[in-house]
Order: sequence, then structure tokens, then C-alpha cells
Amino acid sequence: MDDIKRIERRKQATLARRNVYTEAVKPETFITSLSDEAREYFFASEKKRIATNLKKRKIKKTIITAIGVAVAVFISALALVPIFFTFLNSFMSSEEIVSNYQVVFQSMSGHATQGATYMSRTPVLKLIPEEVTISQYTTLLFMNPEYLFKYWNSIILTLPIVAGQMVVACLASYSFARYRRKRREVLFFSYIILMLMPFQVTLVPNYMIAETLGILDTIWAIILPGIFSTFAIFLLTKYMRQIPSGYIEAATLDGASEWQIFTNIALPLCKNAIFALTILLFIDYWNMVEQPLVLLTDPAKQPLSVFLSQINEPELGIAFAASSVYMIPPLLIFFWGEDYLVEGISRSGIK
Amino acid sequence: MKCGDTVTFMDNRTDNTNNIIEKGEVTGMRPGSQAAVPETKPEKKSEPVLISKDDIDSKLINRPKAKNVTPLAGMKLTPEDIPVFENTPERRAKLELRNKRRFKRKLRDWGIFTGYLTPSFVGVLLFFFLPLIMLLKTSFQKSPTNSDFVGFRNYERVLTNPAFQDASKNTLIFAVISVPLAVLLALLIALLLNSGLPGKSIFRSILLNPMMVPVASVVLIWQVFFSYNGVVNGICEQLFDTFKKIDWLKSEYAQVVVVLLFLWKNLGYNMVLFLAALNSIPHEILESAAMDGAGPVKRFFAIKLHYLSPTIFFVGIMSLINSFKIFREVYLLTGDYPNELYFLQHFMNNSFTHLDYSKLSAGAIVMCIVMIIIVGGLFFAESKFDKDVEE
Repeated sequence: MDDIKRIERRKQATLARRNVYTEAVKPETFITSLSDEAREYFFASEKKRIATNLKKRKIKKTIITAIGVAVAVFISALALVPIFFTFLNSFMSSEEIVSNYQVVFQSMSGHATQGATYMSRTPVLKLIPEEVTISQYTTLLFMNPEYLFKYWNSIILTLPIVAGQMVVACLASYSFARYRRKRREVLFFSYIILMLMPFQVTLVPNYMIAETLGILDTIWAIILPGIFSTFAIFLLTKYMRQIPSGYIEAATLDGASEWQIFTNIALPLCKNAIFALTILLFIDYWNMVEQPLVLLTDPAKQPLSVFLSQINEPELGIAFAASSVYMIPPLLIFFWGEDYLVEGISRSGIK
Repeated sequence: MKCGDTVTFMDNRTDNTNNIIEKGEVTGMRPGSQAAVPETKPEKKSEPVLISKDDIDSKLINRPKAKNVTPLAGMKLTPEDIPVFENTPERRAKLELRNKRRFKRKLRDWGIFTGYLTPSFVGVLLFFFLPLIMLLKTSFQKSPTNSDFVGFRNYERVLTNPAFQDASKNTLIFAVISVPLAVLLALLIALLLNSGLPGKSIFRSILLNPMMVPVASVVLIWQVFFSYNGVVNGICEQLFDTFKKIDWLKSEYAQVVVVLLFLWKNLGYNMVLFLAALNSIPHEILESAAMDGAGPVKRFFAIKLHYLSPTIFFVGIMSLINSFKIFREVYLLTGDYPNELYFLQHFMNNSFTHLDYSKLSAGAIVMCIVMIIIVGGLFFAESKFDKDVEE
């Protein structure tokens, strides 16, 4: 008897649910038409169903999130691997490095790898050195004045360019942003085109003008074109045009001079963009390889970036330390100004 | 200008009729112009109102839809109402004064504009525009010292040069592969990070890291990975028995390595741009679409893509610029004369040693024209696409 009743109830409830969800019958009328027992069963089963559904959905969501996190972790790991290896390997002793990696560079330079029987056939890639020393750094900093010179070269090339370009760009982009006229837009557009020109195009003009001015083979041949590069102007103008014109109008009504508007309103409002651009420019010029390669024939004047690529077997022992020392300034700047950078980049892309 | 119009619009009214309209208008105003309202308002209010209140009310009911409605808009104007300015000496003097003032203001604007722009303009003229003109001239000469006009012979020499053809082919292939990949992958990563992932900002800063690291610093480890006896070959050998060692840096696979390096370096920057664009999409639209039953894929193609289109173009252009900078990486990885990775920059650098300026300048001009065409095309496409979106 009981079984038949139960089956009957279940039938009724299933029917009810199906009817409710296909909207064949209005839910209220159907539920009231059920017997008390059937209704109770109906509610209970619905509760259960909803609960399991929610659970399922939650599990599904966690799984998806977990997969997402896994993918993101994987990508981040790929992004960090080269940096970590370079940095951690810089704490190896130079003998360890040579024994680990010499095989790589012998094959690069085309020598046959014969005679060196102690050497392994494949490179040994290690994250953690067998023995942590700072011997590479001491050799680098105290025994090779050459490296310090190159380092200094990098600094005196980068800093004036960044500072100069920022000053020039602030002024120019203010004028482009504040006084928009049709004919001036043409000039601005030609600036953009200039910015987009790859170095392959500007190289010859740069060389010719440097030759004419007689600054070839001095650092000015790189610094001066760098200062007047239009990249910063492009981004900063984009940013300055977002300043509400009401701010400037209000300042004019209060009797502010043009210079006051520039220094007290435009510049502070663009603070983030200016920091971001400074960081971007610093990275770009710290990284510079092409210009010094062509415009500075004297190896003594070339920056560390060019020099690092010419490291070969004899100096392999300190190569990692040199690389690490070279990437520390940009990384420090990045950690200091990451928020500015992210905000600056973000705002530059939105119209 | 819209704000300015509403200010005058309100002032001519009496208080009662004005209230509704004023509320509607004021909320949409900027702080700057709001401040200007109280200054002018009290003076005008004290003026006697010429039209009766009822009159205005009746006019307001069926007032036309134009933006600049004055209380007088519905009234008929007789010819006497239109002021006629006679050509009196006073009038002429006034006009002259006004013109003078306008000219002065224009001059002042122009003066300030040029004042701010001068440092940049002089520099750009000296270091970019003038040399480019010199370049154009040299490209038609026999040699820089011998200024015989030779027509397009230099161009012919460059374009038929096998090294130049090879270099441009390699550069083009690289750009065609790497730029779309950089845009697409960055967009995918941005979508992934934006889908409510925990620790979004941490991932963002980690992915930005490669951008900060000078190429010269990681080139060493990159060589360790990809050289003939390198790690990648070692791993592949252990995983697959039949695997044959590939010389990644010196075979046709070299492009793959360079594309990887390019992506490694640029994805972070592109991703930040996309993240910002994704955040700027109005939430209500996405939510209402979700309520209407649009799934994530549909939401992406129907809504997000339209909001992202300007950013996609921007990222594309930036990636294109960066793709031409790849020479750095290639040079540091493989040196002066790589076999498979002979890029345009190599051609330029190596031609320098031969001091063949006229050929070089012809090459540079060709590249310049190609760049202008590509960029112009991109801008054109963007403006066209923007219009489509607006419609």
C-alpha cells in the first residue's frame, strides 16, 4: 500500500514540476490543486533539487576558477623563468657556471667540443646553485673596471634623454592639447607618423645629421635625437586632452597666467602619466642597442647592453652577475612605480 | 559650449517657469561652468520682466524642440523688432575695436602655442624633418658628394638587391605572425584575468615584469635554452625518442624563437591596455545582457568586442612599432650576420660598413613609404570601424 502511495505521490510531484516549469499551468493553481502530502513532497524535492543545483554550480565555478588560476600561474611562471634563472645563477661560482654552460657557447661559436672530457654534453640548468657565493659580483665590481665604465656609459646616455624628452614633451603636448586648431592637427599627425617610424628609417637621417653637426661618435649623437623623439608627446597629448576644459576656464577666470595653468593644473593632473612615461622611456633607452651600435664606433663609449651581447667564453663566469646588475635599476623603478605605470598605460589606451 | 548655452537660457526666465528645466540642465553640467552661474545670475534677475507669466507658460507648452529656446521663441517678430545696425562712425569704431581685440587674442593664443611648442619643434625639425628631406635628395643622387641626378636608379638597385629582399621578407613575415598573436594572446589573458580570478593584480604585475627587464640581461639564459646543445633540445630528446636535435637559432625555427621572445616581452603591456578597456565597459549593459540569457561567448562578441575595438587598434599599432624593434633581440641572440633572421636593420647596419649612402637612403625612403601606407591604412580602417560601431 505504502509503495503504491509513494509512487503515486512521486508521479504527481513530477508532473507538477514539469507543468510548473513548462508554464503549462500557473504555478499557484497547480500547487493548490495538489493534495497536502503531494505538496509537501513537491516542496521537499524542489528544495533538494535547488540545493544540489547550487552545489553543482558552485563546484563547476570553483573548477573553472581553478583551471583559470592554473593557466595564469603557468603563464606567469613562463614570464618569470628567464629572470629567475639569470638572477639565481648569478650566485654560482664561476667554475660551476663554466662547467654547466660551456657546452652551449661552444656550439654557438662553432668549435668542436672535443678535448673537454669533464664537460657534460648537455647544459645543466640549475635554479639553485650548489654553493652560494657572491664571488661573481666581487669579480665584476672590483676587478673589472671595464664593466663599471660601461655601466656609467649606460647611465649618462639614459638619464639626459629621459629628463630632456620629458621636459620637451610636457611643453609640446600642453600646447597641442590646449590649442587645438585644424592646421595644427596636421602637425600633430606628422609627429605621430614620426613616432611610428622604426629606427631602420631614422637611422640614416640620424647618422647624416650627426655627421653634419660634427657630433658623430660622441654621446650627443644619441642624446639629442633621443630628447626630441616624439613618443612621449603622442601619449602625453592624448592624456592632457582628457583634462576637463572647465578646470582651465575656471583658472583663467581666477586670473591665473598661462604658465600658472600649466604648472599648477595641467602638470599635477597628468602626474601619473608623467611617471608612467618616465618609466617607459627609461626602460626603452636603458635597453638601447641599435643607436650606440651605429653611432658610436668607439667601444669604450658603448653602453652595457651592447657589451653584454659580446660576452663569450672567457667572461662567462661573470656574465650572469653582469646581467643581474644591469636589470636591477629598471626592476627597482618598476617596483617603486608600478601603480603609476599601470594607470598611465591604462589611460593612454582608452579614448 | 553646451554649458554656456544653458546658462544664458536660464537667466532670461522668471523663477517659476524655470525650475523644471533648470533641474534637468544643471545635473548634466560640469563643475567649472556651475561656478560661473551665480556670478551672472543676480544682475539679470533684477531686470524687469517684460512678458507676463501666463504668456510664457502658454508659450512653453508648445515650444519647439530646438535647443536654444528663448522665452520669445514662440512670438512673432515684426520687422521693427529686428535691430538694424546703421553704418555710423561709432559703430565702425566699435567693430574695429572688436576686430582688433579678436586679432590680439588670436595672436596671443598663437604666441603661447608656439612658445610651448618651439623647443620640440626646433629639435624635431633639426633631427628628423630636415634629415628626411636630405635623405630624399640623396636617394636621387649618384652619391652624397656627386650630386648628379640619377632618377630612380638607386631605388632599382635597392629593390633588386637580394639581401634587401630577403631582409624585407623576413621582417614582414615576422610582423605578420607576431602582431596578431600579440594582440590575440594579450586579449585572451586579459579576459582570463578579468573573469573574477583571485589575485588578479599579482598576475598583472608578474606579467608586466618581462617588459622591464633589459633584453641584454636575459639573452644569456635564452641562449642556454635554445642553442643546439641547449635545454629545450635536451628536454625534447628525453621526452620523445625519435626527436632530432634542432638548431633553434640557426635554422628556419629561428623565427619561432624570436616570436616567442617578442611575445614574452610585449604581452604584459598589451594585456594592461586590454584590462583597462575591459574595466571601462559599462557594467549595466553586461549585466542586463546576462539577465537576458546571453552566455559569456555571446556577451564577448556582441558587447565587449565593440567597446574594445579602439583598444585593439591601439594595441595593434603599438605592437607593430615594437615588432620593428625586434632587431635588438635578434642582434643580441645571433650577432651581425644571422642566416635565417636577416632583418631590415641588419641590412642597414651592414650597408653602413660599405658606406653606400645613396642605396641606404633609397632603402630608408622605401621603408618610410611602406610604413606610412600601413599606418594610414590602419587609421583609415579604425575611423571606418568606429563609424560602424556608432551606427
